[in-house]
Amino acid sequence: MALSPEEVAELARLARIELTREELEHLAPQLDVILESVAHVADVAADDIPPTSHALPLTNVFREDVVVPSLPLEDVLAGAPASDLDRFRVPRILGDA
Amino acid sequence: MSDLLTSTAAELAAMIASGETSSVEVTQTHLDRITAVDGEIHAFLHVDGERALAGAAAVDAKIKSGQQVGPLAGVPLALKDVLTYTGAPTTCGSRILQGWHPPYNATVTQRLLDADLVILGKTNMDEFAMGSSTENSAYGPTRNPWDTDRIPGGSGGGSAAALAAFEAPLAIGTDTGGSIRQPAAVTGTVGVKPTYGGTSRYGLVALASSLDQPGPCARTVLDAALLHEVIAGHDPRDSTSIDSPVPAVVEAARSGGIAGMRIGVVTELGGEGYAAGVQQRFDESVALLASLGAEIVEVSCPHFRYALPAYYLILPSEASSNLAKFDAMRFGLRVDDDGTLSAEQVMAATREAGFGAEVKRRIIIGTYALSSGYYDAYYGQAQKVRTLISRDFDAAFAAVDVLVSPTTPTTAFKLGERIDDPMAMYMNDLCTIPSNLAGNASASFPIGLDDGLPVGLQVMAPPLADDRLYRVGAALERSLQATWGGPLLNQISPLEVAR
Repeated sequence: MALSPEEVAELARLARIELTREELEHLAPQLDVILESVAHVADVAADDIPPTSHALPLTNVFREDVVVPSLPLEDVLAGAPASDLDRFRVPRILGDA
Repeated sequence: MSDLLTSTAAELAAMIASGETSSVEVTQTHLDRITAVDGEIHAFLHVDGERALAGAAAVDAKIKSGQQVGPLAGVPLALKDVLTYTGAPTTCGSRILQGWHPPYNATVTQRLLDADLVILGKTNMDEFAMGSSTENSAYGPTRNPWDTDRIPGGSGGGSAAALAAFEAPLAIGTDTGGSIRQPAAVTGTVGVKPTYGGTSRYGLVALASSLDQPGPCARTVLDAALLHEVIAGHDPRDSTSIDSPVPAVVEAARSGGIAGMRIGVVTELGGEGYAAGVQQRFDESVALLASLGAEIVEVSCPHFRYALPAYYLILPSEASSNLAKFDAMRFGLRVDDDGTLSAEQVMAATREAGFGAEVKRRIIIGTYALSSGYYDAYYGQAQKVRTLISRDFDAAFAAVDVLVSPTTPTTAFKLGERIDDPMAMYMNDLCTIPSNLAGNASASFPIGLDDGLPVGLQVMAPPLADDRLYRVGAALERSLQATWGGPLLNQISPLEVAR
């Protein structure tokens, strides 16, 4: 299927990773080899086989609706790159770059 | 080497409980060992000796005052750096989490502390548990104590190497595709992946949520079982945690009786592509199990050969979603935030700077497999294959009590040998992956050496029959140690000790 560096760049954009040109050229052939290998799942006739998303038969799990203390605000914000007024401080999210 | 370093965890616990030694003495001896050899091995990313000794002193005081303590009280342990432990960094081997301190303890961590174990530090791993060699750690590789030019396996190479280098008698790993069992195999140690849902994933930084499972790493089968009992059991904070009694693993490890047990050798996991020496040790071990009264049959699991491609679609798909949380907003690294760039640009620059090559590869493969137009052919088809693999297991376990195979196709390879060849690296997981896809219990036990390097045998048991792993492991250990004249690790060359 031969992924081009441009196609890898588009996937990286979707994944929000700003790959360098050098990385794109290095990764594209490696990703090709991986995709070619994993494509062998198509060799199995499985049209009538139900998919498994999880090893266990899962049912929804409920708990009692009781109030328990949250993590201390100070501890939660301690690991943040930036915080202000008891909130996470983030770069601007609106407007053109 | 001090006897306190070579003793088993069970022996240490008994000596600490009786007052023959103290947890402080045992802990200090291991901290000294880490100082002496970890410059060479690099099993640990973080060690906090002061805190470990304070914990040890508290256990000693508890024992002295006659309080009831658990069966591993006072024994030091190495914790894989993917499980949160407050007051210490959790990095997952990644630059994106460098210096991050978690605000809460993982359930596994909390159970270790509640059972009075002493945490020495956090162990090295492939970044976000992606890899089979620990070479993908952003902080440099771990070396195999059997041959320091070789890999210790991965992703939990740090935990396995800490055991084999006698830096810790116990360790915790996590297993998504073999990250406990493959390092155990290549370091001559014991590693167990419990039944999915048998141990809690709360506080385990997720790689692939439907596959990840924490488990015990040890030098003996009994030690692994004792640790298994400490960490296992239902946790309301993990909605996939199984609400049923923990299998009687310690009892099974003490018994080791396998007379009449039906053991299936998986046809598809052996032969071509397997190193001759690995296959030879495996065949000898199967013969040994037969001589101990087990009934050996050959079992075919035809879909296992599609396990690797299915896994390398399911895992990256789940990982690409799980790792989206590393967005430079709430924790970890943030780069290029100079006030001119948007959140999205900062996010993309941070993920570029913070993730290593393998993490990027897998996120992009996952993004591709989940994208519209490819979803059915890749992720959807892989999920169907997952069903077929589970059915193979169901059919096999209707005929036999456990399945066995080599744990890995080869012994430890050299550092750097496969780092830029992803498919060659992925082949390490050939035998271990099916049990992650199906969620059944699985373990690796040491069965000897090939050209001076350890070989492991994998045992696979039905879900919630984890005790059978320990029964087979104990039987092998007892007979093999009688032949070897002691533990396999007695045959390791002494490491050079830093002064």
